[in-house]
Amino acid sequence: MSTSKYETVIGLEVHVELHTKSKIFCGCSTEFGAPPNSHTCPVCLGHPGVLPVLNRQAVDYAMKAAMALNCEVGDVSKFDRKNYFYPDSPKAYQISQFDKPIGENGYIDIEVDGKTKRIGITRLHLEEDAGKLTHIEGGYASLVDFNRVGTPLVEIVSEPEISSPEEARAYLEKLRAIMQYCDVSDVKMEEGSMRCDANISLRPVGQKELGTRAELKNMNSFRGVLRGLEYEQYRQAEILDDGGEVVQETRRWDEAQGKTFSMRSKEEAHDYRYFPDPDLVTIHIDQAWKDRIRASIPELPDARKARYTEQFGLPGYDAEVITTSKALADLFESSLEYTADAKSVSNWIMGDLLGYLNSNGLELTDVKLTGQGLGEMIGLIEKGTISSKIAKTVFKQMLESGKLPQQIVEEQGLVQISDEGAILAIVNEVIADNPASVEDYKAGKEKAIGFLVGQVMKRSKGKANPGLVNKLLVDVLKG
Amino acid sequence: MSIESKDVEHVARLARLNLTDEERELFTEQLSAILKYAEKLNELDTDDVEPTTHVLPLSNVMRDDVVEESLSQEKVFRNAPDEEDGQFKVPAVLE
Repeated sequence: MSTSKYETVIGLEVHVELHTKSKIFCGCSTEFGAPPNSHTCPVCLGHPGVLPVLNRQAVDYAMKAAMALNCEVGDVSKFDRKNYFYPDSPKAYQISQFDKPIGENGYIDIEVDGKTKRIGITRLHLEEDAGKLTHIEGGYASLVDFNRVGTPLVEIVSEPEISSPEEARAYLEKLRAIMQYCDVSDVKMEEGSMRCDANISLRPVGQKELGTRAELKNMNSFRGVLRGLEYEQYRQAEILDDGGEVVQETRRWDEAQGKTFSMRSKEEAHDYRYFPDPDLVTIHIDQAWKDRIRASIPELPDARKARYTEQFGLPGYDAEVITTSKALADLFESSLEYTADAKSVSNWIMGDLLGYLNSNGLELTDVKLTGQGLGEMIGLIEKGTISSKIAKTVFKQMLESGKLPQQIVEEQGLVQISDEGAILAIVNEVIADNPASVEDYKAGKEKAIGFLVGQVMKRSKGKANPGLVNKLLVDVLKG
Repeated sequence: MSIESKDVEHVARLARLNLTDEERELFTEQLSAILKYAEKLNELDTDDVEPTTHVLPLSNVMRDDVVEESLSQEKVFRNAPDEEDGQFKVPAVLE
């Protein structure tokens, strides 16, 4: 099979949990991890006769998210009922928005392979989350926890303008960054505060009409989205290559097996019979409200990225990586209050810091590094107090202990030796103890110097200034 | 607009109702009659009228984001069909 004969068309539906303290229509807590059903009340359990009352903060967050995604926010918004039977929904309908969503016609810009592409956002609407179902082994019953019912969500629907799994991943990462900067959600895919469904279809290159699409569910990580879409792209191309037809259906991504599977029970066409929720009155959004929300939106990733390249002269790639996460970008800026060397800060963040976090499966909030620590450490390297090599040790200790570099250096005697006399003494010892390497060097094997430098560094416990060691060794050997 | 037997069947399935043939026939007639009566409204020109979603002169009824006490576990399950480990127990749902 070959995918090059086909064009891939992807649209994403992303659900983002808004981090309000209480639920969208009642006062129950939205706290994660509480005992099952301990955060429920007659409203979110859907008892007869109860009335939902809208959480103002949820509307504020949704408007903020919509504006940050360049959506138009209308003057009127309203809630509708989406009707379906499923045990995760106690009312047998979900309160959502149909024809008057909070935001419409937005976009975000993504970058893939150094090229910028604009992806349209059809709409952003506010709705309530459903409960959590656990299927008992043996399949005779299911258990329901309604704690999550009523957690406010925004659903963000993209235009079908995403052309590859890589673009889908870039779109999700940009979306996550924007939500993070706006501080409306924790946006953690692994914990379910950001969830993604995808519509994907293939069409022969040059064809205008869209091919038949499959809807993909259950991709619970950025990697899952990428792999799920890659698999589906491959599966559909194979069907088309064999002259077959793709079936329009919902498919479930199975992470362990690395495949998608048809969810046959859901093939019946959806008929949600949306109608206005009579229990919730219309929202009128005046200019003052819009202005207040717009004023609360901080500098967003794209703006920061542009500023980092202009103000600090960072390469575009560095600026992109650092601004992907608000916490990383904040660390970068706070470091620059203690050093002027932005590129150095960037190198330490992208190299040692991200390396450490990735290999240990940690997030920035899990380590104790501060901007002051990183900035001052770079200052110590500049002054020659510590070598870059020792700095790696200091850096790791800052991550783990949160101590400032000066303290770590003093407590452990890591100060670099730049005293020529002291280094010369070690150089002479090493030359005396390694006659063979000295002979090699004198015979023209320049590489032998590396071994001798290594020996000096080892005897100084890594503290000798490497530049001086090199210089003094050459001086003595040539002298 | 008239209602046919298959429309009644469709709506019944969505509502999880099992109808006998007689009931289906009866409801087809009755629903048709109701819609026909409501059709009178189509005689009005509503081109310049905003759709009414609520009859009350209210808007922006909202609450502050404040956590209030939830129900006790005992009360939560008082109306539950069945319970296990602090969860509602329902017939198996297969995906």
